[in-house]
Amino acid sequence: MTAHGKSWVLHGGVLALLFALFFVLPTYHSGQLSRIMVLAIYAMGFNILFGYTGLLSLGHAMFFAAGMYGFGLTVNLAGFPMPVAFLFAILVAAALALVAGGLALRTAGVSFMIVTLMFAQAAYLVVLYFGEYTRGDEGFVVAREGRMIAGIDLSTDAGRYFCAWVLFGVCFLALAKLIKLPFGKRLIAIRENEERARMLGYDTSRYKLMAFVTSGAVSGMAGATYGLLFGYVGASFAAVPYSIFPLLWVLLGGAGTTIGPLIGVFFMFYLIDISSGYTNAYMLIAGLVLVLLTLFAPQGLAGSLRQKVMPWLP
Amino acid sequence: MAAVSILETKGLTKIYGGLAANEDVDFVLARGKITALIGPNGAGKSTFVGMLSGRIEATRGQVFFEGRDISHLPAHKRIQLGLAYTFQITSVFPGLSVYDNVGLAAGRLLAGKPNLHAAKAAEVLARVGLTDRADQIASDLSYGHQRVLEIAMGLAQDPKLFILDEPTQGLAESEIADFMALIQGLAGDTTILLIEHNMRVVMEVADYITVLDGGRTLASGTPEEVRANAAVQAAYLGTGVDA
Repeated sequence: MTAHGKSWVLHGGVLALLFALFFVLPTYHSGQLSRIMVLAIYAMGFNILFGYTGLLSLGHAMFFAAGMYGFGLTVNLAGFPMPVAFLFAILVAAALALVAGGLALRTAGVSFMIVTLMFAQAAYLVVLYFGEYTRGDEGFVVAREGRMIAGIDLSTDAGRYFCAWVLFGVCFLALAKLIKLPFGKRLIAIRENEERARMLGYDTSRYKLMAFVTSGAVSGMAGATYGLLFGYVGASFAAVPYSIFPLLWVLLGGAGTTIGPLIGVFFMFYLIDISSGYTNAYMLIAGLVLVLLTLFAPQGLAGSLRQKVMPWLP
Repeated sequence: MAAVSILETKGLTKIYGGLAANEDVDFVLARGKITALIGPNGAGKSTFVGMLSGRIEATRGQVFFEGRDISHLPAHKRIQLGLAYTFQITSVFPGLSVYDNVGLAAGRLLAGKPNLHAAKAAEVLARVGLTDRADQIASDLSYGHQRVLEIAMGLAQDPKLFILDEPTQGLAESEIADFMALIQGLAGDTTILLIEHNMRVVMEVADYITVLDGGRTLASGTPEEVRANAAVQAAYLGTGVDA
């Protein structure tokens, strides 16, 4: 089979497996899995920028939160119909990414990390400042009518799971396609050697900005989906940990692989879930595993697989 | 240089913190010919071609490509006009396959036409003898092969002007012979500007030579003229050429 064929079998297989799992797993685990799929969308969005373009942002929580608040506030305060609010949320995140990216991309390396971090802090403080509307740290619950589509209640276990599955599937396949397109290959070229890409006649600044906006929009979509499916919007999703999580997930799962983000989120979730069953110091165990993985599988789980047994892994 | 020019510079100057790497360089590049740029280390050769390609911003002066003033165009726009550039220190996409490296180089013009794109990549790889290594990861190649790969990436762009910064550095004798045959085959359609330290290569392939010394043009002309130039002999060539 060609690498192309194998890749589609893998992606189709993962989606089929996730679909089937709902009917097999107990409610608790299918609930966990729907959360994992939503956060995997976020990780995939982050991966476009970090794994494929080679740009490390430490401020992606602002896009996740922009999507989340863009959705939750317009549903609750403006009474937008759910699909409109959802699309609006993605646009808000994309617009924020255009502005933040336009400025942050004037820097590179460590400065880029700091500038993105600062932007995200500013966004977090904005959320707190407008506490009258956002209800700050306490957050708010998304109105029930904002969680329905075509008569389907997305707050039920099945509604939530399959909505997460559909949106995850769309992003998962779209990303697999994206990196095979000339656009995706050029992002990879920038990651590998930006100066060379520029000296092949590619406007690397433009490509980086496009990557940044795509990444921000996908992250924003993940935030909107989170608000939609779990019905809660709060400032903690705009804070620093939510900028660091996608980095951990992607590093664990394998940066620059399509399957890595899902693996990373899944692994981290169940690592914490299982270890917290044994001890209160579960973060200690999580930390230890992270250190070991970084030492022995620096390419992440999927990255190591690609290196050793599956060179075709996209 | 009587031939029609493809590129000219007027008063091109680069000053690094008070130190002039290039000063008022007026230069004319003959279309379809091979021109070698030579000069001792620190003569400002790489800075000069860097200013032609747009990698390095000129302090002052102008660059004309096919009669058009490109002095203020960013590098990628200049490349899009038909300039290709290979770096002095090999610069490829290390984590990608040889095929993808060449594919990216050809992709700017042909990405919308998959068949032509693949054919172009295959043709270029065959031309430089890397067909067998198409699936290898670039960083796994030997130094010589990486050099050749970078030249292939230049060819894949079908450039009007191909600038090569010390292309034969680190190549084995047999590879140098292949390289000379390759660029002689290109000349005519493609204009070639070569920075080169290997005098045998220069004397054998160059139609014209420009000598830089201390950031200024010392001499320009055919190999015979340059060889006979007393100032050049004193500054640079010494007895090396005749030996």
